[in-house]
Order: sequence, then structure tokens, then C-alpha cells
Amino acid sequence: MSDRDIALTVKNLKVHFGGKKSIFGRKSNTVHAVDGVCFEVPAGTTFGIVGESGSGKSTTALAIMRLVHITHGEVTLRDTVLSALEGETLRDARSRFQIVFQDPYSSLNPRMRAGALVREPLDLMNIGTPQEREAKVAELFRQVGLRPEQRVLFPHQFSGGQRQRLGLARALSTRPELVVCDEPVSALDVAIQAQILNLMGDLQKKLGLTYLFISHDLGVVQHICDTVAVMYLGQIVEVADRVSLFTNPRHPYTKALLGAVPSVYGNKRDRRNRVRLQGDPPSPINLPKGCRFASRCPVAEQQCKEAPPMLETHSDGHKVACFLSDRDLSQ
Amino acid sequence: MSDINTQTKDIIDIQATSSLREMTTMFFRNYAAVAGLILLITILLFVFVGPLVHTTDPFEMVWAPFTMPMQEGFILGTDYLGRDILSAMMAGGQVSLAIGLAAALVSIIIGVSVGAFAGYYGGLVEELLMRFTEFFQVLPTLLFSMVIVALFGASLLTVTLAIGVVSWTAVARVTRSEFLRIREMEYVAAARSGSARDLYLIFKVILPNALPPIVVQANLMVGSAILFEAALSFLGLSDPNVMSWGQVIGSNRPYILDAGFAVAIPGFAIFLTVLAISLVGDGLNDALNPKLRQR
Amino acid sequence: MSDPLLAVSDLVVDFKTRAGNARVLDHISLSVNEGEILGIVGESGCGKSMTALSIMGLIPDPPGKITSGSIKLSGQELVGMGVDDLCKIRGKDIGMIFQEPMTSLNPVFTVGEQIAESVRLHEGASAKAAHARAVDMLEAVEIPEAATRAHAYPYQLSGGMRQRVMIAMALACRPRVLIADEPTTALDTTVQAQIFDLLQNLQDEMGTAIIMITHDMGAIAELADNVAVMYAGSIVEMGKVDNVLSHPDHTYTKGLIACVPHLSTSPGPVRERLMEIEGVVPALTDLGKGCAFAPRCNAVLPRCSSDKPELIATQENHLAACWAAEAEMAE
Ligand SMILES: Nc1ncnc2c1ncn2[C@@H]1O[C@H](COP(=O)(O)OP(=O)(O)OP(=O)(O)O)[C@@H](O)[C@H]1O
Ligand SMILES: Nc1ncnc2c1ncn2[C@@H]1O[C@H](COP(=O)(O)OP(=O)(O)O)[C@@H](O)[C@H]1O
Ligand code: SF4
Ligand code: SF4
Ligand SMILES: [Mg+2]
Ligand SMILES: [Mg+2]
Repeated sequence: MSDRDIALTVKNLKVHFGGKKSIFGRKSNTVHAVDGVCFEVPAGTTFGIVGESGSGKSTTALAIMRLVHITHGEVTLRDTVLSALEGETLRDARSRFQIVFQDPYSSLNPRMRAGALVREPLDLMNIGTPQEREAKVAELFRQVGLRPEQRVLFPHQFSGGQRQRLGLARALSTRPELVVCDEPVSALDVAIQAQILNLMGDLQKKLGLTYLFISHDLGVVQHICDTVAVMYLGQIVEVADRVSLFTNPRHPYTKALLGAVPSVYGNKRDRRNRVRLQGDPPSPINLPKGCRFASRCPVAEQQCKEAPPMLETHSDGHKVACFLSDRDLSQ
Repeated sequence: MSDINTQTKDIIDIQATSSLREMTTMFFRNYAAVAGLILLITILLFVFVGPLVHTTDPFEMVWAPFTMPMQEGFILGTDYLGRDILSAMMAGGQVSLAIGLAAALVSIIIGVSVGAFAGYYGGLVEELLMRFTEFFQVLPTLLFSMVIVALFGASLLTVTLAIGVVSWTAVARVTRSEFLRIREMEYVAAARSGSARDLYLIFKVILPNALPPIVVQANLMVGSAILFEAALSFLGLSDPNVMSWGQVIGSNRPYILDAGFAVAIPGFAIFLTVLAISLVGDGLNDALNPKLRQR
Repeated sequence: MSDPLLAVSDLVVDFKTRAGNARVLDHISLSVNEGEILGIVGESGCGKSMTALSIMGLIPDPPGKITSGSIKLSGQELVGMGVDDLCKIRGKDIGMIFQEPMTSLNPVFTVGEQIAESVRLHEGASAKAAHARAVDMLEAVEIPEAATRAHAYPYQLSGGMRQRVMIAMALACRPRVLIADEPTTALDTTVQAQIFDLLQNLQDEMGTAIIMITHDMGAIAELADNVAVMYAGSIVEMGKVDNVLSHPDHTYTKGLIACVPHLSTSPGPVRERLMEIEGVVPALTDLGKGCAFAPRCNAVLPRCSSDKPELIATQENHLAACWAAEAEMAE
């Protein structure tokens, strides 16, 4: 795979909610859910986004999927500028990018049978003859480890793991180039999570899929992603390839995040010795004018509160948005 | 062990594959629904087949006024003009049921469309549609329907339309709130990313999931339409040439202390009808829900 | 060793379901001493919450029922105790924190009122004293500006703060035992770390015994002293945390540890497949007579499907119920 074969490009993506006046007065506050996100995903690789709740991971995913309004910026899949598509051209392009959701209970229409659910995108986009679609559904069921006879069951008759397999089968039905996975294993038990992660890895190899993989679980992200971006309050604060991010995290937030994950190999003493982040993330409504992490950052300085740091590329390929990213922050 | 078990469970489920058959089975397993259905069929037979057997003209004065039920051969007695109440119940039932169902249908069609579009599109569309709904809601309904009837004349059609037009707002509100809730569900986003069009999302994805409270509302609608027609005819605004349960109540109401039965009988009939319809509606609701169906 | 503070022995809980009798807890025995943290892990549906609810006397009856066994709080039998006496103990001697802080707080009362209410109920304190205690407790759980926040409604607080309020409420009457049922599952990693610290500090200060239910092996490693691993309503392995995690004897425990993608600070460049535990947790209504884990076990022996293994001491302070472990020990 050459480095230059970029499947997905996101340029300065912004998604703001609210802030519009309704016709009868009331102006609501603007939520800066995603605020200037840039990244590239090489074809056939997995790009991970981690971050705490409310950091804008799902909103980024939905914007790329064209499921929320894009306030600003550009999303490009190969040569197609997805963010510029409208109406029928957008509908036609949808076969090329699909999504798997977090909650296997609310992401499948409870009134449709499993087979119809997996077939729905094919039906809607008129792909193949009805017989071909049926055959395709059977094949997809086998591919994700379900039995084709289970097509006639309703979603509630499946276990959580099986439902996530259904979600995957449905997303793969149109043979997409890009699969956006928004916390696909967060609602699953550890044992089932391992099954689904392995399945996703296998499918990627077999079908050459490109994944955008969102999770708040660093262990999972480390396991499945080639490149990892860390988000905080609508912005990417650090991006690096898998090995370098976890061996040499540079942003104070990344470090804190890594430090907060309890390890099976740890013990009570390890936990006590960790640096702790205090407080909760500030709200995405009233953003500080300097670094967004400054209110919780253990090493913040005066300059951090005055202007926002830019995402800059370092010699080791790390991109970090922090004025002090070159300093050793462990003291 | 567990594997074998889940497999056998699947196979059992797979055999019962036809939705229609499953639904029928589910419906008939629900005793309350079956009782409701039997009651409803009985009412329909009484109203539509009854007149073939019992041929007395409901408008004809046949005996002394206020003959008690079961006396002088009048099973349900006679009214204040000495007309046979049994005949009136049969003839009036045809009209009341027809008006009830038709008016409910009208209000559901209007209410569901308004509520669905408001809930689905949100924003300006919603704001306009809901103001429109509020406008109808604050109108004094009886007065408004009187105006319609007065303007277009008192025929069954105008009465039905008038009732439908004034009573759809409740349906619209229920539909809208269900749509607001369901449109945020991930399966709707999933369908959209499967390139579904708006109308598909509204009618194929969201509406089926929004049905239960709408069906309940529809049940209430039938009952209230029958009562509404009663109120209109009490005011002399319904078609005077036809008999209805409401008319029987309305015309005998002044004499309620002397001959309570003449009011109680049609009242009871309305109650039974509403009960039967809501039992059947509940049963249908459950039968349409795959989650309940396969337990 | 003196008598344990809380001792559960041979507890059996049955649920009547449509599919037949479900033995939700099958001869559970465990104990906690003052100042100790006992972790309970396992996949969902294996009886962790039921264990907690039985101790609280909150098993929904019907359909559930404590069939046999005993639960003793410093020698006092709780099974079969009258509702009124139980109510006094619940909240006063045993406190509980639930998984979802939003649904377990009453949305129409301020958090201060809710804590004060429980103090008044159990200690008969005056309204003023109870309010003062509420503010103290909010301070103890490190809520900034506790006196003001006491007047906040639950929806005005973040998830982490709500969970702190739950903890404050559970601890307001200084219970001797605190049961925490997945207290951080709904929270972010950095907030989870704060809550763990808080639990640990409170325990150090007050000597509370804690039963900590989770599905996160890492959390167990870093917080608990002892751990019980549950599967299909039984405890399958139990012992000192470090020992159980570093030398698990039961195949299920081994699988649970191996199938989690562990966060490493020096990940290798290649993504390996995860260890998988195949299949799903069986339905409790049709457990066979052998080991409940047998259909998913990769070390299964002939006798596993016919005889149910009992917990036996496989190492010092370490019990496991597994024929393979027993065979290994015999060698
Ligand atoms: N439709 C909306 N209207 C207003 N605000 C919204 C909307 N959708 C999301 N937000 C806000 O945007 C921010 C980012 O939300 P998002 O769902 O992307 O977070 P996330 O990183 O996926 O979090 P989680 O880990 O909880 O899924 C949050 O502050 C959220 O409250
Ligand atoms: N009200 C109930 N009726 C029947 N079974 C129940 C009920 N509540 C819980 N159970 C069953 O009890 C078992 C244990 O549940 P629980 O203790 O909640 O599991 P967890 O380990 O996830 O906390 C599960 O199989 C569950 O299905
Ligand atoms: S820029 Fe300053 S406040 Fe922001 S992360 Fe870096 S050191 Fe902390
Ligand atoms: S008893 Fe047998 S089946 Fe059960 S865990 Fe041990 S080896 Fe596996
Ligand atoms: Mg999200
Ligand atoms: Mg639980």
C-alpha cells in the first residue's frame, strides 16, 4: 500500500449546533461540537479517534456520513467531495461510505426482519436484481458469522454481539470503500468485543476496507488502529501513528488519558502514583480563547490562556497542538 | 449446550415465518382482543343485519311514549314520541358507527400528516405546522363545527368532515412527539445513510414505530366522534333525516328523569362500541409489534 | 481472623420466568472484611447485580426469590428479616451506588435535599443538621463549591458529579458496607480515575468495606484486594487479586484476561488477533448438569459436561471451580 493512496480527507471540518434564531425570537447558544478538524486516512488502514464524552467524535463521524449539517470545511472520499454533494447525487454516493453505530439495540429498526435490514440499502439504491440481493444477503450473513436462516428473525431475537454483526453486514452490503465505526464495541461484553474486533480485522484484510474507528477505549484503539487522533472539545490535539502515539505521547491530555486507564497488570500502588486530571471538560458553548485544555492542564502557563496552540508537525511525524509539547512533562 | 438451545429456538422461530400468520396467532392469543372482536362483530350484526329481522320503522310512532323495555312487546321500550327504540338503535347505530369511523379516519389522516411532517422536519416547518395546530386547538370546537355545518348544510358528509376537522389536533400532537423521539434513533440515521428518501423515512421507518400511541389515540377518536355527533344532533345540527345514537340521546334527554332508559340504552351502546374498538385496537397494536409477537 | 463484616453463604436465588426456573445465583459464598475491597467481575447477565441486590434485600419478588442460604452482617442474619428492619439496615449499614446516576437520582429534588432526606430517615437528624451533613458529604466527595451545588438539580450536574452525589448519598450515614454496581461504566476514563481515587480515599478514612462490581479487569487489578469471578450465576474463581490475575486457574478467567486488548506503552507494530471466548453466555433456564462454561471452554475434559465442578483451593487463598485446574493441580 503506498502512502499516497489517501481514501478520506477531512479539511477544517466544523459542525456547530444551535446559534440560529427561531422565527419567534429565542436565540440559542452555539455548541461548537466539531471545530476545525483535519486528517487524512490512507486506503486500507484504520484511523482511530479517541476522546472523552462530548469531545465531538460522533459528530465528526456523522458529518463525514453527511448525517448532520456541515457548518464549514471539506470532506473528500477519493476524488469525490462528499461535503459538496446534495440530493440525488448524495444518495447515489452513499453506497461508497457506510456507518456502524454504537448501540446495537437502537441502531436496528425493531420492526424489520434481519434479512430486510441488511438488504435495505441494496433495495433503496436499486443495486442488483431481487434474486441477486437475496444471494448477497445470504453471503453477507455468512461473512459476519451469522447463519442465513436467521434472516427471518427480528433484531430483538439476537444477542448484542449478533446485532452488531448485523450492523456490520448491513454496512458492508453496498461494498463501501469507507466504513465509519462509531464505538462499535463499546456496548458489548469483553468476550463479545474480542469477537467483533477480530471479525472487523478479518473483513478489512479480505475486502480492503478503510475504517474510521471511534472509541473512548484506548486499549481497543491501540489494538485496531494504524493511526490515532486524540480529540478534546471539538479539536484534534494530537495525531500520530499507533506505535509512536502510545510509546511517546506528547500532549498533556494524551498523557493524562493514557494514565487514567487501569491496567490488569497494575496494582493499587500504580494507581496512587498516577497524575490525575481534575475536573470535567468545560462546556463546548463558552470556549476559552486560549488552549481549550488549559483549565485542566497540569502544566499550563500564561501563554496557554492567551492564544490557542496550532496542530504542528514534529520531527517524528507526531502532530501536536500544545505550546509545551517538546518539554518533558513528567516532572 | 447453549448453542444447541439457541439453535433449536431459532429453528422454531424460522418455521413461523409468515408475518400475517404470526400476527393472527398473536391476536387470537390475546383474550381481551378476541372478546373485543366478538363484541364488535355482534354490534355490527345487530346494526346491519338487525333491521332485516326487525323491520319496524324507527321514525314511526307505534305505541304510547315511554313504554318500559320488555313491555308490550317492545324489547327496548319506546321513546318520547312512542317510537320503537330497538329500531332506532339499529338504524342509529349504522349512522353513528359510520360517522365515528369516518370522522376518526379523517382526523387521523390530517393529524398524522401534520404531526409527521412537523416532527420529522422540525425547524420552520414544525413551527408553522404547530402554530396551525394550536389555532385549531384553541378554536371552540363545537362552535367551529356548528359554523361548518351551518355553512355547508347538515348532511352526513359535512357532519363527518366537521368532526374530523376539529378533532385531529390531539392526533397531530401525539404523532409529532413520537416523531421527535424516534427521528433521533440510530436506526433512522442508519436508514438515511442507506440512502433513504424523506418519504421513506417518514412512512416506512418512523411511522410504523410510532404507531402504538397513534392507534390508542385513534380508538379514543372513534368514541369521541360518536359523542360529538350526539352533541351536534342534540343542538339540532345533524342531518335531521337520519337517526343516530346521538340523536336518540339528544331527543330523549329532557325526559331523563321519567325515562332514563331511553338515554341509557344508546349511551350504553356507545360505551360498548368504544370498548370493543379499543380492545381490538390494543390487540392489533400488540400483534403488529414483533417484540411482543415472538415471546 | 475474626468474623467477616459481611458474609454471604450458599446463597441461592431463583427467578420464575416463562422459559422455566432460572437459577440466577447458584450457591454463592463470599465475604468482606472491614476496610477491604472485594471485586466481582464477569460478563453481563452472570449475576453480579443480583448478588448486590440480594445483599440489599432488593430482589424483585415476584418473580425472584431467595431460595436458600444466608447473608450475615456482623453476625446478624438478613435473609428473612422483616421489611421494616431491612429498610433500616439498607442505607444505614449497607449503602449502594448504581450504574446509571441519572436514573437513580430523583430529578425534582436538589441533590442536597436528597442526601439530607436519607440522613433524616436513618438518623432522625433535624432538617438543619441533615443539610449540614449533606454539604459535608458533598465536600467529602470533592465536589467544588459544595454549599452552592447542594442546591443544584441532578440535570444541572455532569455525569461524574452525579456519580459523586450518588456516592455522597450512599455514604451519608457512614455505612459499614458499600456496594458499587458498575459505578463508572457510564463515565469517562479520566472521571473514572477520579471516582476510583475517591472510593479508595473514603475507604482508607472510614474503613468502609466495598463490594465493587465491574466488567473491567483493569479496574479490579488497581482497586480491589480480593476478586470473585462469576459465570452463569456461580462464582468460578476467587482469591487475592494479584494472584488471580497473574495466575488464573479457571479457563474462563484466563479467557477474560486474554480477550481484553490491553493498553501497552510500547505496542508492537503488528496488530495481533485477540484471544476469543467463542459463543455467548448460556440462558440460565437451561443449564446442564456439568460445568456451565463447557460449551465455550477450550480446555474441556470429558467429565466437564456431566459433573459440576466445585470451588476448591487451587493455590493459597485462591479457589477455582474447574476440572482442568484440578487435574493440573494433581499432576
Ligand atoms: N444535535 C445536537 N444539537 C446540539 N448539540 C449537539 C448535538 N449533537 C451533539 N451536540 C453536542 O456536540 C458535542 C459533541 O458531541 P458528540 O456526540 O460528537 O460527542 P462524542 O465525542 O461522540 O461523545 P460520546 O463519547 O459521549 O459519544 C457535545 O457537546 C454534544 O452535546
Ligand atoms: N426480573 C427478572 N426476571 C427474570 N430474570 C431476571 C430478572 N432480573 C435479572 N434476571 C436474570 O438474572 C441474571 C443475572 O442478572 P444480573 O445480576 O443483573 O447480571 P449482571 O452480572 O450483568 O449484573 C440474568 O440472567 C438476568 O437475565
Ligand atoms: S498548550 Fe498549554 S494548556 Fe494547552 S495543553 Fe499545552 S501546556 Fe497545557
Ligand atoms: S470445568 Fe471443564 S469446561 Fe469448565 S472451565 Fe474447567 S475445563 Fe472448562
Ligand atoms: Mg459518541
Ligand atoms: Mg449488572
